[in-house]
Amino acid sequence: MTVGKSPIRKDVRAKVTGKTRYTDDFTMPGMLEAKYVRSSIAHGRVTSIDTSAALAIPGVEAVFTFADVPKTLFPTAGHPYSLDPDHQDVADRLLLTDHVRYHGDEVAIVVARDQLTAHKAAELVLVEYDELPVCVTSAAAMADEAPPIHPGGNTIKSTSFAVGGDPKEAEQAADVVCEGVFTTPVILHCHLENHTAYAYMDDQNHLVIVSSTQIPHICRRIVGQALDMNWSTIRVIKPYIGGGFGNKQDVVLEPMVAFLTRKLGGVPVKLELEREECLVSTRTRHAQTITARAGAQNDGLLTLLDVNVLSNTGAYASHGHSIPMAAGSKFCHLYPRAVTQFSATSHYANIPAAGAMRAYGSPQLFFAVEGVVEEAARKIGMDSVEFRLKNSARPGDITSKTGEMLHSVGMIECLEKGRDAIEWQKKKKRYADQEGTILRGLGVASFSYGSGTYPACVEIAGCRLVLNQDGTVHMQVGATEIGQGSDTVLAQMAAETLGIDYDAVHVVSEQDTDVTPFDTGAYASRQTYVAAPAVHDAAEQLKGKILDHASLMTGVDRQQLDLSAGRVVRGDQPDQVVLPLEELALDSYYHKDRGGQLTAEVSVKTRTNAPSYGCTFVEVEVDIALCQVKIIEIINLHDAGTIIHPLSAEGQVHGGMAMGIGMALFEELLIDDETGWIYNGNLLDYKIPTCMDIPELDCAFIQTHDPTSPYGNKSLGEPPIISQGPAIRNAIWDATGVKIQTMPMTPKVLFSHFREAGLI
Amino acid sequence: MFPIEKYYFAATIEDAIAALEADEKARVIAGGTDVLVRLHGGNPDYGCLVDINGLDELRQISMDGEGNIFIGTLATCSEIIEHPLVQEHLPMVVQSLETIGGPQVRNTATMGGNICNGAVSADSACAALVYEMDLLIRNSKRERIQSINGFHTGPGRTVLGRGDLFTAFCIRPQKYRNMGASYYKYAMRGAMDIATIGCGAGVRMADGAVTELKLAFTVAAPTPIRCPHAEEAVLGKPVNAETLQQVADALLEDVRPRDSWRAGKEFRLHIIKTLAQKVIGQAAENLGGTL
Repeated sequence: MTVGKSPIRKDVRAKVTGKTRYTDDFTMPGMLEAKYVRSSIAHGRVTSIDTSAALAIPGVEAVFTFADVPKTLFPTAGHPYSLDPDHQDVADRLLLTDHVRYHGDEVAIVVARDQLTAHKAAELVLVEYDELPVCVTSAAAMADEAPPIHPGGNTIKSTSFAVGGDPKEAEQAADVVCEGVFTTPVILHCHLENHTAYAYMDDQNHLVIVSSTQIPHICRRIVGQALDMNWSTIRVIKPYIGGGFGNKQDVVLEPMVAFLTRKLGGVPVKLELEREECLVSTRTRHAQTITARAGAQNDGLLTLLDVNVLSNTGAYASHGHSIPMAAGSKFCHLYPRAVTQFSATSHYANIPAAGAMRAYGSPQLFFAVEGVVEEAARKIGMDSVEFRLKNSARPGDITSKTGEMLHSVGMIECLEKGRDAIEWQKKKKRYADQEGTILRGLGVASFSYGSGTYPACVEIAGCRLVLNQDGTVHMQVGATEIGQGSDTVLAQMAAETLGIDYDAVHVVSEQDTDVTPFDTGAYASRQTYVAAPAVHDAAEQLKGKILDHASLMTGVDRQQLDLSAGRVVRGDQPDQVVLPLEELALDSYYHKDRGGQLTAEVSVKTRTNAPSYGCTFVEVEVDIALCQVKIIEIINLHDAGTIIHPLSAEGQVHGGMAMGIGMALFEELLIDDETGWIYNGNLLDYKIPTCMDIPELDCAFIQTHDPTSPYGNKSLGEPPIISQGPAIRNAIWDATGVKIQTMPMTPKVLFSHFREAGLI
Repeated sequence: MFPIEKYYFAATIEDAIAALEADEKARVIAGGTDVLVRLHGGNPDYGCLVDINGLDELRQISMDGEGNIFIGTLATCSEIIEHPLVQEHLPMVVQSLETIGGPQVRNTATMGGNICNGAVSADSACAALVYEMDLLIRNSKRERIQSINGFHTGPGRTVLGRGDLFTAFCIRPQKYRNMGASYYKYAMRGAMDIATIGCGAGVRMADGAVTELKLAFTVAAPTPIRCPHAEEAVLGKPVNAETLQQVADALLEDVRPRDSWRAGKEFRLHIIKTLAQKVIGQAAENLGGTL
């Protein structure tokens, strides 16, 4: 049994000894380097562009401008292709543009023999602009007089839905209705490995792209769309990857390197973004303004949640309106007995393009929802945890928009366990009558999430298993290992179902769209959930073939045989070895009259979407005079179904919690409202927390078994980042009486709030 | 890759001075934690480098018979932090340098570079001002002693001229003995950050009353500064809440914080006043006094 244990990760020895190779570790003879020429203004039209000085530099091979690229608009979001034209992503990008839409937009590109030469030449490309009015905020972009950033205007889409009943009736049934307007900042992913990709033409007239991507198979399709090529003539290879957090669930550099190598006769061309470019010229997390209302009865029953999201998607749509809509459909799982009304509008603005980022709109949404839920609890005079216990999802509730009731639900246990772990009641009493300027407070916030994108998108996964000559098994999956550990947990699953040792399963980690089974990639916390059935079915198939061959070899009836710890045994006598797998494998390959290579290949579509749950409990200490918040204790509780690899799961939660704390207290991309100028597009001024800023992180799992997965598992990739913001916000309120409706809650923000409240 | 135009590795102090004098664009590179960041940003002023990392005599930390402590400008922050002489006599230097960057930065950055860089936010500047350090500067003609007071002339600017090589800090015994000192770096995160406000204080007391206060700030004016009005306001008084309030009030005459996207002026003023009280109190406590 290996599922539920924590075997050594498949990639970890190679990673800690520096042996894993990332995109940037590969090089080819004659490889050229490219460098973008970026706009120095946030909105305008290029009136002239002069590349002669750049071209005059020795070592510069070519300069291409917006005039040289195909006039085909293409989408970039890493979504599966949709057969429904109305559900396809917005196609609003060209490879280079003369209509620049944010500070850093791409107007030209230099190709040279090395990076430094390309860099120098890029600085010598002279660009003149006709400046247009700049819209940075939602208010500016949505104003009547706002200049259109794209031909169709600045609104991308507006949608709404209601579930659970009639919102008007729910409002009338409430004794109190609370309302708040919450704002969240532009957040950056800050993955360790910057975006990097290179491309070349192989001798088969195929285009090969090597890229640090979360979505190799989707990337293949989008490059085909952008360059009007047959999708099968593009081969995308993904080596090891140094993090993405959603920023590589977008096609960013690949169409450009593909374009460049085609233009330059197939020589390898590489684009490697510098850190500062990677921060502002890839994708960001959407800044949102969220108006949330909660209605409750005096007995603690939550009757209504009404949420409106205004989502600023920046210069290009990228994932666009999917962000608020995905979060909207996932949050319905949390308080399923309340009537929920949700509406959202996504719009363009002259700021960097927002795309997918870990938890895809949910951290923003729950900041508002759990803020206004907290307010309702306080207004009716009910304990924050009690109020949530009374209203949270329980087994048997309809926990999704599609009406499913079958899923596991461990929300109540998460709240109860967290309340005990942080000693909620005891501390609540202790901090009830504090004096002075250093104050403690407690906060809680819950979340719900999904385990994929169904039914909004297709969920498809593939697995191929091969019994090797030495009795081990090679596994190829379409699931994309991006550091989250999918290779490891999928190997555990295969070993478990096959009845062989975990160490006997080798995962071919590199993704190659010419070779690996199809899967749309690592996003939506889907990978373990949607790959599990494919792995399970392939393992069952391969096991059947192995036992069939064992029967052929031994004459023992197939039904009496089983596979256990890598040996063929009798089902009723598991200790009695009938045949070692090594012997069986050699026979299957080399016996002249029987057998063959034993393989199994499965492609599965998942048509369920298990909700996952959890919450954050936090204790903070607020120094009023210094305007500082210190986290004394913080605990995340998760219902992610059955935990496949507890140690990796814990690591996943720790990482998410640290990012969540960053969003709550530190991080924001600062952009000038008037000019669109980006102030802090570097890692000194964009303040991700350091290890000095992150407290001891605690977490615990409420293990449930979700019936829709063969291994009982649900999502865990993104959920750990969702609930820190509202929990910390609620704790600051608890400590100081000051209610903050904006993230990040930095010293500057606390200063203005404390001053307004007369505390300083 | 850095756009370095010229690079010269100096063999001796004289050699370094000659190279600095020969080219008006020449810049010293020591630890490189500021210079290389600027080069990465494409700053053309840093393309011609004179590397002084071969000048081992500039790494020395020592005390002479009179109790003068010398810290070579090439000594790294980590070497200074760990040095017994500094730990025993200059605790605020240790405290300040520990707030610079992170461990990797401190292993290569030098205190000499931190001061020469001229940054308004230099973490070692408060310590230099509170201990009233002398800076030993050589050029081809002579060696001179320059007080830290007046060394900084504006943001990123110092009195150093063409051909000047700053070789060592000298801290006189009368400047560090019998003094309680403390530093507080107020920043937006706990490491890898520049100060929003830095505050250092040195306090001497007799019979329960302050006989001398040295109060220094970074990022409170266009250069690191001392605060004469605030220092005057406490003389002869005990360190208590009332006195500290008087300091905070008097400070307004001394500081000129900026309004910028990094932090607003009102916020900075509030932090300046809060830190002054906190840091003076801590310095008095370090002397053995009580609030």
